[in-house]
Amino acid sequence: MEGFATAAALLAVAVLAIVLISVARKGFPALNLDLFTQNAAPFGQSGGGIENAIIGTVIIVLIAAAISLPVGVLLAIFNTEFAPQRLAEAIRLTLNVLAGVPTIVIGVFIFSLIVVGRGQSGIAGALGLSIIMLPLIARATEEVLLLVPSTLREGSMALGASRTRTVLTVILPTAVGGIVTATIVAVARAAGETAPLLFTCSIFVATAVTTDPRQAMATLPIVIFSSSESPDPHAQQVAWAAALVLIAVVLIGSIVGRLLSAKTRRQIERAR
Amino acid sequence: MHTNDKSGIIDSMSDDVSQSESTEADVVGEPGLALARSQAKLAEMAGQHGDSPQSGRRVVFGLEDVSVSYSGMVAIRDVAFDIHENLATAFIGPSGCGKTTLLRSMNRMNDLIQGAEVAGRITYHGQDLFGAGVDAVEVRRRIGMVFQRPNPFPKSIYDNVAFGLRIHGMKDNLSDRVEQALRHAALWDEVKDRLKHSALSLSGGQQQRLCIARALAIEPDVILMDEPASALDPVATLAIEDLVGVLKNDYTIVIVTHNMQQAARVADMTAFFSVDADEKTGNRSGVLVESGPTSDLFIRPSDPRTEAYVTGRFG
Ligand SMILES: Nc1ncnc2c1ncn2[C@@H]1O[C@H](COP(=O)(O)OP(=O)(O)OP(=O)(O)O)[C@@H](O)[C@H]1O
Ligand SMILES: [Mg+2]
Repeated sequence: MEGFATAAALLAVAVLAIVLISVARKGFPALNLDLFTQNAAPFGQSGGGIENAIIGTVIIVLIAAAISLPVGVLLAIFNTEFAPQRLAEAIRLTLNVLAGVPTIVIGVFIFSLIVVGRGQSGIAGALGLSIIMLPLIARATEEVLLLVPSTLREGSMALGASRTRTVLTVILPTAVGGIVTATIVAVARAAGETAPLLFTCSIFVATAVTTDPRQAMATLPIVIFSSSESPDPHAQQVAWAAALVLIAVVLIGSIVGRLLSAKTRRQIERAR
Repeated sequence: MHTNDKSGIIDSMSDDVSQSESTEADVVGEPGLALARSQAKLAEMAGQHGDSPQSGRRVVFGLEDVSVSYSGMVAIRDVAFDIHENLATAFIGPSGCGKTTLLRSMNRMNDLIQGAEVAGRITYHGQDLFGAGVDAVEVRRRIGMVFQRPNPFPKSIYDNVAFGLRIHGMKDNLSDRVEQALRHAALWDEVKDRLKHSALSLSGGQQQRLCIARALAIEPDVILMDEPASALDPVATLAIEDLVGVLKNDYTIVIVTHNMQQAARVADMTAFFSVDADEKTGNRSGVLVESGPTSDLFIRPSDPRTEAYVTGRFG
């Protein structure tokens, strides 16, 4: 049993290592300044970069975070501080289901809701990503809110603070580290999502930077997806380099998130 | 002397209050009388003869057939006695007899527990604590609470004390008020140079005194303490006990304790609770066995259960 478990763990590590190494090997040669300062080269020409895709991904993910962060945190607060037990359970279940919905389905949903009739846009893509981020942020925030010792709640209420006041002045400040962490992890996850963008934000001007989210914008996952299918070897090189950048962002985000999360836990534990 | 308005939570009930306010004024006005009174207090504290400690004092809490239940399970039932002004009243009794439950009903902290219910009547200065129109938040402002384990907020020492002041808009002379509260809680000298440091950097005993300062800052009338020293070492425990002895000059204090010596040392009045099993259902719930001047309970207990408990044969 232990042998199998160890083997499975080794296998997981090996898969990650193989992915990282192969992406690094293929992407590294194209990793130069041009990559970050140029847009896709017209067909047939060499070079080109992913400036527009980086800018597009940053804008779209920021919009998605601006939507999902307040909603997710409010949901978590409602669940832990205000909702009756049964309602909280129901909301928790809903969030779990939402987290499990295939991302392509989310893409189709946004497509039918917004894109049909209005056309693709950065905002449509951001809405799709925000649906992916929402359960991540809400569940992680709820977890850290539950870590806040109830003795602090009681201490505040015993001084004549209302529940709302207690949440704002005691609970949120204590939990803020955990909420930041949850957001970082969710951002890293959303930055790499491709499926929700396919129908909502994939037809864009490849050779120019778009900063207006009312139009479709280039994004890293979509550029990787389309360039890697290109017969042009330069475009394929750029795709590998873009993949390397994306993996680096996601990895760093997750690691920073982990470290911060451990730190927050320690801090909250001290208050117990 | 504590002179802020101690009248009811809403303005309606103040008749008996204004009466006794004048007695207080007399004491302040006549140094001789004040001296006599403090000497009388000393005599009482030593458990010696003289009038019983509660005579001539206003009733702060009136408990009338109070029962508290959690989701229908009765935790403590049919409690009836009075708690008097400017005295320290101890709740003692074996674990699970409902001391904490009763204490938390007295500032409506039990409102926060789903399923907790209070039957009977608890009056505060004659007014029903659970009556319509009584604001639980205002109740808790007047009736402060200190918990079993120190629970400072993970904020600076200063912000801990200023917390309640800010909530209640008592922001004039904020620093003075903070200093005053810390002095009152006998903590000022230890923390005056590090007010901006985290409260979590204090020792357990200091944290507990900080929690007392935090409660004092908003100028309550009563302080409820639930085994405030049980998580502390003997030295810190003595510091808290000394503090209770001083604070009761200005506040009414109710203190839950497991420690008989502590009750004997700090409390003027003591209520002893026990656990009874219902004859029919076999459900166990807490009951009040006996209450009165501490010296009576310890020296002349009128119930054999009290005697057994205070002499350590049971409990
Ligand atoms: N939140 C709660 N929900 C349900 N039952 C409770 C709750 N708090 C206390 N009880 C029950 O009420 C009874 C009295 O408990 P309480 O904590 O008031 O006793 P206590 O006298 O303070 O005990 P101790 O000396 O151990 O602190 C116990 O049977 C306990 O199980
Ligand atoms: Mg208790």
